[in-house]
Parts: sequence; structure tokens; C-alpha cells
Amino acid sequence: MIKYEKTSGLTESKTHYCPGCTHGILHKLVAEVLEELEVLDHTVGVASVGCSVYAYDYFNCDMQQAAHGRACAVATGIKRVLNDRVVFTYQGDGDLASIGIAETIHAANRGENITVIFANNATYGMTGGQMAPTTLNGQVTTTSKTGRNPQTQGYPIKVTEMLQHLDGVAYLERVSLTSAANAKKVKKSIKKAFEMQINQKGFSMIEVLSTCPVNWKMSPIEAMHWVDDEMSKVYPLGVFKDVTQDE
Amino acid sequence: MAKQFLKGNEAIALAAIKADIDAFFGYPITPQNEVPEYLSTLLPQHNKVFVQAESEVAAINMVYGAAGCGKRVMTSSSSVGIALKQEGISYLSGAELPCVIVSVMRGGPGLGGIQPSQADYYQAVKGGGNGDYQTIVYAPSNIQETVDLLVNGFDVAEKYRNPVMILIDGLIAQMIEAVDMDKPYKRPPFKNDFETIGTKYHGDRRVVNSLFLNPSLLEEHNLHLQKKYEIAKKEEVLVDYKDIEKADYVIVCYGTVSRIAKSAIKELTELGYLVGLIRPITLWPFPTEIFSKINPNAKGILVTELSLGQMLDDVLIANKNRFKVAFYGRTGGMVMNPEEIRDAIINFDKWVIK
Repeated sequence: MIKYEKTSGLTESKTHYCPGCTHGILHKLVAEVLEELEVLDHTVGVASVGCSVYAYDYFNCDMQQAAHGRACAVATGIKRVLNDRVVFTYQGDGDLASIGIAETIHAANRGENITVIFANNATYGMTGGQMAPTTLNGQVTTTSKTGRNPQTQGYPIKVTEMLQHLDGVAYLERVSLTSAANAKKVKKSIKKAFEMQINQKGFSMIEVLSTCPVNWKMSPIEAMHWVDDEMSKVYPLGVFKDVTQDE
Repeated sequence: MAKQFLKGNEAIALAAIKADIDAFFGYPITPQNEVPEYLSTLLPQHNKVFVQAESEVAAINMVYGAAGCGKRVMTSSSSVGIALKQEGISYLSGAELPCVIVSVMRGGPGLGGIQPSQADYYQAVKGGGNGDYQTIVYAPSNIQETVDLLVNGFDVAEKYRNPVMILIDGLIAQMIEAVDMDKPYKRPPFKNDFETIGTKYHGDRRVVNSLFLNPSLLEEHNLHLQKKYEIAKKEEVLVDYKDIEKADYVIVCYGTVSRIAKSAIKELTELGYLVGLIRPITLWPFPTEIFSKINPNAKGILVTELSLGQMLDDVLIANKNRFKVAFYGRTGGMVMNPEEIRDAIINFDKWVIK
């Protein structure tokens, strides 16, 4: 018999996420990992600006709320003064890949021993579905109404690929949340990333291809298919860096 | 105690060590570079944290993270860099986190120049960040005072859970003076109920945050901040003044300019003028009350700054239309000599604000 128990890694607060959005599942998986690793009581999380800003109400550990894009800088400040604690950020693509790209790259390059959970849904969700740097070519958003045109609006930015060449980076994996089987992989990848931190290996980031059915104007199921059929082509899944591979 | 010759920036670094800071986050910018340069050596020697950030924006957000863990944290920068830190200063104020920011003013606007200036009074005192907040701002006029105010500034920051700024110009940062670094100081324990260091160290989970989407809660929060500011206005005002009860003219200036003004006053005294001086040491809270002590029969107030008139606004508010107010300023990194201030008093009416 399978008994379902709610993870102690989440608070009793109900999330505010839209139907079909994958933030809720992702929160649960991160929380389960923190619980299983028995680190919740000495973890400090950093919430970012965007749909997941209220992550500070949901994760059952100490939290800080960072300015837009600055989560990796805030996490650096925390980890440097408390280097025996587990420190993670939870950021969307507008926050991490656009306004916070410098903070992300330099935290990675310094090898900050933190874990970044990067939810990439190819749009600015909270502000109503504007184009993000991660938006696919041709993807319709409220600021690219005829579809993103790379000639004037640039190309989808592949942060994970960018970071893999930095020496401070210990672990990078891109996963998606489109099925129960994939969700298991996501959890495994998150666990691996936190273990990297616990074992003092350096910067770890898990990029999670996520859905935003409301702003994509799709049903939740259509959104899942779109991640599998379109997003995953531009953002291929897999492990991009693992410094423990040869150990 | 034995005094030693120290450059302003070097003394600031040593004062940070004396204040027993836990971490410094900075970014290179002239004319404050010796501060991070010294601290990059000194802090690791004391098993404390030094990080050269990728930008001033990142540095102030690292300050936020470390301050949110209850640590004693500092950053330093100059005009252009302080502009970039404004986002973080607003967040620190909103989340009620203490820290000390050293701001070494150079000429602006834009990239401006690297010579001494006081053109960032508005930036420091009125705040370049968003929202209803105040930064406690100290304006020392020599290196000893910079050291003393900096060390004490951490206690004040922790008392109010608010950023404190030490505002100097490039002259104080770059000159060398005799300084006593041996004045006794002991860092007091900082008891707080906000530090996010892991629940096993304090029980219930904590959140460091400045977001209140419900406007009534945000108003309540802002009124709470305002209460702290009202206490600071009562308890933290520092001002240096001389002869204002009997003076015909009163010069109001701060920082480096006050030293030039003192030379001017000496010359004016020899010429038979009765000139007093008001030197605000805290720019916020501004020493408004002191203006009520000015000789009722005084002929006027001369405000002089290394800008085209910024503190002037606060003097006009404090003056309440009682006296004629004149202004004399230099800008862009040019520094006035005592004779310019002397002549501004002699030809007072020429400089009166219409």
C-alpha cells in the first residue's frame, strides 16, 4: 500500500499558482529533497521576483526575498557568512536569464557553493506573458505579438549551455516536468545538485522546463505537449556538467 | 594614544576592522579603491569575508544577504557606484536590515569626474531608491571623525535596523592625516529576531522580505518605519556650531567645505566681521533645530557646498524664511579656496537666493 504524506519541506500555505502551472510540483520536489537530505533546519532559501516570489511563504525553512535578478548575489552573501548552511535560490527565467544574468554567471564563475533551481517557462508569467530572453523563435507573447523575431528580438538564451564552460560550476542539468516519469528525474537531479553543495563541490543549477498555460493560452495538457514537442528541441534535456563524473 | 599618519581610505579599512565587521562586498571605483584593496588583505587575516563583486548592484545585494543573516556588513563606493546601489539600499530599508555604506563623492552627473564633490547630497539624503525610506547619513570633515563615525555607525545601523551611510568626498578619502586608531571600542552583541540562519538556531521559520502586496499592510509597515525615523530625528542629530548666537552672518556647510569655511571665518574675523558656523554632521536627520539659535538680528545665512545647491534645500526649510539665504558653490570637482567664501560674505547680497 502506498501512503501519501505531505512533505515537511512545505508550509501549510496554499500556493497561488495558476491551474496547470508546474511551480507547485517543482516546489514539492525541492521540498521533498530538502526533507530527505535532512537539511531543512539549516537551509536558507532565496525567493526571486516573478510568479515564484511567494516561494518564501511555501518553503518550510528560513527564506530571504531578493530584488529582481539578484538572488544569486543575495545567496552569495548568505553562503559566504554561513558556509555550513545549505543555500538555494528559486528563480524564473525573466529573473535569472534576463535582469539577473550577470549575477548568475558570476556566482557560477566564482564557484559559489549554492544550488540554483531555475524554472524556465519561456515567458514573464507574473507580469502577464511578455517576451523573455528564453522565449522561442516565433513564440507569440504580449510584446512579440506576431511571434518572436530573432532578427530584431534576439534568440532564445541557453543559460545552462553558457554556464557549462565555467570552471566554478560543479553540476548542471536540464530536466522537464511533463510526466510522472520526468518528475522523478527532476527530483533525482535536484537531489544531485544539493548533494554537490553539501559535498562542497561548487555551483549547481537545475534548469526545469516549466509550463505557463495561462500566458501560453493553452490547456494544461497542451502546455505539457508544447514543452515536449517544441521547448525541448531548443532546450535539450540532459546533464551538461558533472564534476563528479570521473570520481 | 599614539596617532599615526593614515590616508583616508586606509583609515576607513582599519576602522572596519576595528568595528569587527563580518563581511565586506565591493567593486572598484575611484576614489575609494584603497578601501577594498586594504580589506581584501585584512579581512581574510581576521577570518572574515571579503568578496569583490561583479558590480555595485551585486555587491549591495550580497550585503542584503549577509545582513539578513544578522552579520555586520559593509560596502563602499563612489557616486556612480552608489547610484547603482540605490536599489539595494531601498530593499535593505524595506526589509529593515542594518549595514554601513561608505560613499566617496566625486563630480557628476554621468561619469562626471574623479575630483572631490558634494553633488551626491540628494542621492544620499533624499534617497535614490524607491519608496518611503530614509538613510541615516553622516558627513565627517576629517579622517579621525570618519573613523569614529564609521565605527559608531554600525551600532546605529543595528539600533535602527537601517542602512547608515558615511558620506565623504574624494579629498578626505585621498588625504593623509594623523589619526588615533586606538580609542577603545567593543562591538556590542546584536540581539535580533530576524536573522535567517536556519530554523534549528532559532525555532520558527523566518523570512527577510520587503514585499507587502496588501496596501493596508504596506502602509502599516511604512508607518512602522516612520516611527523609527522619528526616533532617529530625536536621538541621532549631530551638529557642530560656533558663534551663531551673536553672529551677523552664519555659514552653513559640511564635510571638507567646513574646513575651508573655518579659514574664511578667520580672515573675516580679522576684517571685523562676526561670522558663525553651522556644520551638520548628520545630514539626515538634519539639524533643523539649531537654526532657531541664530542671532535674531543676523543679516543672513551663507550656504556653501561643492555642488550647485543641494543641502541648500534643507537649510531653506530650517530657516523658515527668517533670514536672507545666500549660496556659493563650486562644482565638477573644483574646490573653492577660503577667499572665495570670504568674498561671498563680504558681497553677501550678490549671492542671495531670490
